[in-house]
Amino acid sequence: MLNRLFQIVKQLSALVGLVFWMGCSETGLPDADEGVKQQILLLGNGSEPQGLDLHLVGGVPENRIISALFEGLIAYHPTSDELPEPGVAERWETNADASTWRFFLREDARWSNGDPVLASDFLYAYERILTAELGAQYANMLYVMKGAEAFHTGKTNDFEEVGVKALDARTLEIQLIGSMPHFINMLKHYSWFPLHRPTIERFGGLLDRSGAWTQVGNMVGNGAFRLNVWKPDQYIKVVKSETYWDRKEVRLNGIIFFPIPDSSTEKRMFESGRLHLAYEVPQNDIEYMRKEHPEWLHIDPLLGVYYYGFNTQRKPLDDRRVRHALAMAIDRETLVEKVSLGGQIPATSFVPAMFDRYPSVDYVTYDPVRARALLAAAGFPNGEGFPVLKLLFNTSNGHRKIAEAIVEMWHRELNVSITLLNKEWRVFLSDLEHLDFDIARKGWVGDYANPMTFLDLYTSGNGNNETGWSNQDYDQLIDEAMRAGNSDAQIERLSEAEGVLMAEMPVAPIYWYTRAYLLDERVEGWHPTILDNHPYKYIYLKADGRSH
Amino acid sequence: MVEAIERDDFTMIKFILSRIIQSAVVVFIILTLTFVMVRLAPGGPFSSERKMQPYILERINAYYGLDDPVILQYFNYVGGVLRGNLGPSFTETRTVNQILESTIPVSFELGTWALLIALGIGLPIGILAAVKRNSALDYGPMSVAMLGICFPTFVMGPVLAMIFGVWLGWFNVAGWFVASDRVLPACTLGLVYAAYIARIARGGMLEVLNQDFIRTAAAKGVSSWGIIFKHSLRGGLLPVVSFLGPALAGLISGSFVVETVFNLPGMGREFVTSAFDRDYFLVQGTVIVYAALITAANLGVDIAQVVLNPKLGFED
Repeated sequence: MLNRLFQIVKQLSALVGLVFWMGCSETGLPDADEGVKQQILLLGNGSEPQGLDLHLVGGVPENRIISALFEGLIAYHPTSDELPEPGVAERWETNADASTWRFFLREDARWSNGDPVLASDFLYAYERILTAELGAQYANMLYVMKGAEAFHTGKTNDFEEVGVKALDARTLEIQLIGSMPHFINMLKHYSWFPLHRPTIERFGGLLDRSGAWTQVGNMVGNGAFRLNVWKPDQYIKVVKSETYWDRKEVRLNGIIFFPIPDSSTEKRMFESGRLHLAYEVPQNDIEYMRKEHPEWLHIDPLLGVYYYGFNTQRKPLDDRRVRHALAMAIDRETLVEKVSLGGQIPATSFVPAMFDRYPSVDYVTYDPVRARALLAAAGFPNGEGFPVLKLLFNTSNGHRKIAEAIVEMWHRELNVSITLLNKEWRVFLSDLEHLDFDIARKGWVGDYANPMTFLDLYTSGNGNNETGWSNQDYDQLIDEAMRAGNSDAQIERLSEAEGVLMAEMPVAPIYWYTRAYLLDERVEGWHPTILDNHPYKYIYLKADGRSH
Repeated sequence: MVEAIERDDFTMIKFILSRIIQSAVVVFIILTLTFVMVRLAPGGPFSSERKMQPYILERINAYYGLDDPVILQYFNYVGGVLRGNLGPSFTETRTVNQILESTIPVSFELGTWALLIALGIGLPIGILAAVKRNSALDYGPMSVAMLGICFPTFVMGPVLAMIFGVWLGWFNVAGWFVASDRVLPACTLGLVYAAYIARIARGGMLEVLNQDFIRTAAAKGVSSWGIIFKHSLRGGLLPVVSFLGPALAGLISGSFVVETVFNLPGMGREFVTSAFDRDYFLVQGTVIVYAALITAANLGVDIAQVVLNPKLGFED
């Protein structure tokens, strides 16, 4: 019996040896130095992408890969997210009130299999994303197109009724629901990208959600790079496309995306010379990096706001004065300097003051004296009689620290006691959705470079509102802004709307986001942009920079 | 009671068969409980900070069959499992089968190395400490072992990665690409288990070494090595063997912490993140694998115990 056991152990160790040997035969990947020599960019990229089917994903890691593999009518501009850069469209024109747009596709735009990119490829993609059965989560991005919502919600089954037409093989006309000067920036989002019809049809068809068409060897894209290797949980490699129209501009030979969910691990990979970019610096390491490696650390403004939402249907938060008092009692400067530590910008309004043309107004300031007066006016002099409220946040150390600091500020300035309540992410989301909270942590990062991406959240009935707040004037202003004839009028309406929002204060802005990351000094052509888009076509690796 | 010495292969086979059937029932019950619990958890698989319109959500639910009555979903799922189909994942393009096929070998290999390290370090230390009890050879290594237990993997892993990866540059700090990528994670995982094994082995050995038959053997002039290897090990290591059952299942089903710290494409990460993501089919799939592993490991331990201890038999 004992012998038999030994036999088993022997066989097992032989098996282990075999597995080990198989591991050995695998080749390593380039490190940062080798990457510079080969012009291969090594990027830490958060988590494993949900997929690469651009109609079925919604995250940031996915966007970073998809933007290498596909290109829309308009591309990302290398230095500013507010400017359009010609993509598949060589030029475009619009009618006087910016409600009908014509795009002229370039002759030399090619799919990675050599097929030309035609207006019909955009039509096919729009029909697919708007087909309700597919269940594309970003389909409503296309609702600005005439008839798109009706088609998506089944009010019509005729795609001809949707306001998009191929005037000829290379001219695409899009009709919008109103005049929309900022439409051009929306086109940079991948929900507006074209798809290669024969590929989709070959691997499951229009409604297929399996992602078969996105696999290596199957995928046909039109971006500056094409998919080369996809090892789930390990890495995704893309290589320079030989068919891309602007291939002469592209200096990188390839990009490797590493899914690294843990930011400390990512930082160690960067420090040991395995990455050119660490996507996120752990909060506690920012000070260390600032001192020891200022040449790596970058902190750029990111178009997003961190804020607390009030449940305006619960007492005493239904009183505007109480909401204002709480918002005014937050010392944002101290919070950013001593607690959040990432160089965030204290928020003075809901829309981050990061746009070139949108006026910034200081709606929220730290004013404990006024805060106390407002609270007293609402019937709680010196906090007397104020009920114990709960501050809900999703479980995370960063959110906890901020919540502890703010609760302490409220206690100190207003003498009110508010307790902390943390819940696991999905439970937290479910509580928000059912308005089952008093005060809740929230955050929003813009989808596109226009204040609308923040302000339309608080229209009545918007799924992301989640405060129970609703205001007719506000809805009216947003609606007018949607249909404003020119961009000046649009900005004016939006600014007015924000005034209403801040006067009512259903949300208390805390800080505007920044993104802290580590970047190898040899990476060239990388510029800070408010939506964190960095088109790969302009990036290259300079050999004479100092290595680490 | 039947004398254990008269046991034959037939009773052993009977014993194993009945245990396998018991295990299958246990796994099935666990599967059912998991199915119910994961659906009772608040928040669905497609909830997100950016709200989806209800009718888009309906379409997605319909695609995955989540709009069927729960009982029908359950029977569909069990039917699938019996045919070897564990269903789709909501968070990845791969199916649950594909995810498990690619992650289990990684966790299995890592766990095997860790186990070898744990036994290779833990056993000699534990035995030596018992034999030389109350000496420097006992206190020294056992204090280190105590430290090893107190030093959790989420501290040990980053420390090893910093020293050997970032400062010395001997190994990659993360990844699973070349053979040497096994060293740091296997050590991290193995050292903790080594500490436990050392302590358990010491305790077991001490108990045996204090018994009369050992004193008799020593009185008869058996060498001290003879006493250790011939007379004590079998009995002294029984507690280690019992410990190895669940430990083995834990080791080869992957460690969430070690796989996260070293960014390994193993099953431990899937196990934890799938629950956070409410990735129903993936949660169920990983739980089935884990349950099967733990029951199999316990069965293996029971057999090994009978082999090592003649006083036990295969009869219950």
